[in-house]
Amino acid sequence: MSESLLDIRNLNVSFQTFAGTVNAVRGVSLTLEKGETLALVGESGSGKSVTCRSVMGLLSKNATIEQGEILFRGSNLLAKSDKEMQRIRGKEISMIFQNPMTALNPTMTIGKQVAEPLRLHQKFSRTAARRQAQELLELVGIPSSTKRLNDYPHQFSGGQRQRIVTAIALACGPEILIADEPTTALDVTIQAQILELLKELRHTTSIIFITHDLGVVANVADRVAVMYGGRIVEIGKVEEIFYNPQHPYTWGLLRSMPTLDDKDGELYAIPGSPPDLLSPAPGDLFATRNEYALQVDAHYEPPLFQVSPTHYAATWLLDDRAPSVIVPEAIAARRQYYRQRQTGLTAKEGLL
Amino acid sequence: MTTNISDLLRVEGLTQTFKSGTGIVKAVDNISFSVYEGETFGLVGESGCGKSTTGRTIIQLYKPAAGSIFFDGVNLSGLRGKKNWLQFRRDVQMIYQDPYASLNPRNKIKDILGEGIDVHKLAKGAKNRNRQVAELLETVGLNPDHANRYPHELSGGQRQRVGIARALSVQPRLIICDEPISALDVSIQAQIVNLLKKLQQEKRLTLLFIAHDLSMVKYISDRIAVMYRGKIVELGDARKIYHSPLHPYTESLLSCIPYPDPDLEKNRRRIIYHHHEEASGSLHQIFPDHYVYCRPSDVAFYQQKGASKEAGGLDLVSITPTNTGILEGVVE
Ligand SMILES: Nc1ncnc2c1ncn2[C@@H]1O[C@H](COP(=O)(O)OP(=O)(O)O)[C@@H](O)[C@H]1O
Ligand SMILES: Nc1ncnc2c1ncn2[C@@H]1O[C@H](COP(=O)(O)OP(=O)(O)O)[C@@H](O)[C@H]1O
Ligand SMILES: [Mg+2]
Ligand SMILES: [Mg+2]
Repeated sequence: MSESLLDIRNLNVSFQTFAGTVNAVRGVSLTLEKGETLALVGESGSGKSVTCRSVMGLLSKNATIEQGEILFRGSNLLAKSDKEMQRIRGKEISMIFQNPMTALNPTMTIGKQVAEPLRLHQKFSRTAARRQAQELLELVGIPSSTKRLNDYPHQFSGGQRQRIVTAIALACGPEILIADEPTTALDVTIQAQILELLKELRHTTSIIFITHDLGVVANVADRVAVMYGGRIVEIGKVEEIFYNPQHPYTWGLLRSMPTLDDKDGELYAIPGSPPDLLSPAPGDLFATRNEYALQVDAHYEPPLFQVSPTHYAATWLLDDRAPSVIVPEAIAARRQYYRQRQTGLTAKEGLL
Repeated sequence: MTTNISDLLRVEGLTQTFKSGTGIVKAVDNISFSVYEGETFGLVGESGCGKSTTGRTIIQLYKPAAGSIFFDGVNLSGLRGKKNWLQFRRDVQMIYQDPYASLNPRNKIKDILGEGIDVHKLAKGAKNRNRQVAELLETVGLNPDHANRYPHELSGGQRQRVGIARALSVQPRLIICDEPISALDVSIQAQIVNLLKKLQQEKRLTLLFIAHDLSMVKYISDRIAVMYRGKIVELGDARKIYHSPLHPYTESLLSCIPYPDPDLEKNRRRIIYHHHEEASGSLHQIFPDHYVYCRPSDVAFYQQKGASKEAGGLDLVSITPTNTGILEGVVE
């Protein structure tokens, strides 16, 4: 196999807190290939942001990278000095965050803010940077006029601010864009526009997209990694995760989503709360919320079992010795659609 | 105006304004609706359209700039006497979007829940109060030992359960839920929606459920009003709003909800709504109990549109009365 653009290997990150050590990321391995959009999904606290901040070298002071490597074009980012990371950040790998307001400087015009990385990394002249800034803003759909460049962040709407942040992140033509819940705080109509924008970028930029909304994932992703309690519990192509899911947690996430169909009965809800990473129980951290838990889950965390060359899931249900189970109706319907889809007998129009 | 016997809440021509730096913001612009006793009424629209202002005006946090609010048939502008106001404060409760900001961080959960019980003198002695607190916790799916914890020791979903328990503590008749799930993970949203639905049925509560998108609202609402820029643009039965929306803004909101189905998402069209001021517009009945904000001359158009949608002719694609203006573009 050819070398991946980004290759995270067995990443383990912990935090020292007053209450003790929080093992936030526990053995995460994943790759990002050139030109793809990889979605990281999972509920709050599952370790999505910490994984991405590790890539950026932006972890807080109380964090320790206990183990692992992050290879970017073959070289380990974790071995780089702060100065080397500064050169990579914003130039080769950039990140956009959930709240665009905190990412923008309220006292600086947006023209200056978009031009700044160009001046810093590319040594553009002031006028060249300004011209480029105008082009970038146009690219992200901010109606460009010289006047708009002189406006301040508060003069833009929430959706426009997220576009501006995206323009800044794209300024130096990064190879990787990490988008950490970029649409969670936005209205659905604005979210739809930002998702369109990110999809237009996919030809030039590889994207890691963090979200807790599987609807958004279905819209943007080529591949999906589902995180739970600091681990990846299922990873695969978008059609494998949505139409042939293997992990009961993925089942739960899918079943708790509102659907288009008529049945307005009860919504499924995953019982319980996210795991406590301060004093984790032994065994599989999802076991207490998992109606499909086996006895072995109480003692051992399951490894990632291979489902296909591109699809893996960490559930003991995939072990040869596991009993066969009756999967929830909604999931069985998804799998049936998957089988039909594989045979080419059905038009790829979705489940409805 | 007549007040229907089954109306627990009636909002009549409500307008609310705020002074802003340069002028006056019309946050709510002449809206009218009723919430029937025992139903869940969804109030949906994007941020800034005036939902919270509507909720806050109903609980009399602000005086309406114009219009009236009737609770249980009584015009609140004429409500007099300390006893009546205390009763109103008990009958109408509110649940907020950010459960953390709305819970005093220095108080234990049992004191947060006990406060209303004390104010309205609902407990006979400390023992009875503790029992009520324990029952409330159980009702919302928390453990009795959560009583001695502080808000920061709970997860977001657990805090929202405390917010719900607090609202229930005084046995209200109407609960205004102001985006109670917007700050929660999608998987936890389902828990809270199911809990509210269960409580509503068991305790025969009336809910005004405010949300900024339509995706979850159908699971809980009997009827839905869609708001846009301070106005109600469509009001009707929840199923009708979902399956044959008439106003192009409702269609736009529905088309923008992403569904967990990649093949479907690849083929879906998003409808972008462009605002188009209807100078002579108001809320008109198109079908029984189904209203759309439009000009009187557009009523026939919407009736026809609704009929062809019912016949299954139109799916997500939108058409408009004027052909220009309202709907300028369709993306993807
Ligand atoms: N600076 C920090 N100090 C202590 N714990 C932290 C810190 N940052 C994150 N954590 C913990 O790490 C875990 C994973 O967090 P995060 O990656 O932010 O989750 P998410 O999946 O929501 O992005 C959480 O339990 C969180 O509390
Ligand atoms: N206390 C206030 N002072 C001034 N303007 C306000 C105030 N509250 C709300 N607004 C304005 O009124 C409009 C409606 O706000 P709000 O009711 O909070 O909307 P929603 O809850 O639908 O997001 C917005 O333009 C908002 O900025
Ligand atoms: Mg995060
Ligand atoms: Mg609000």
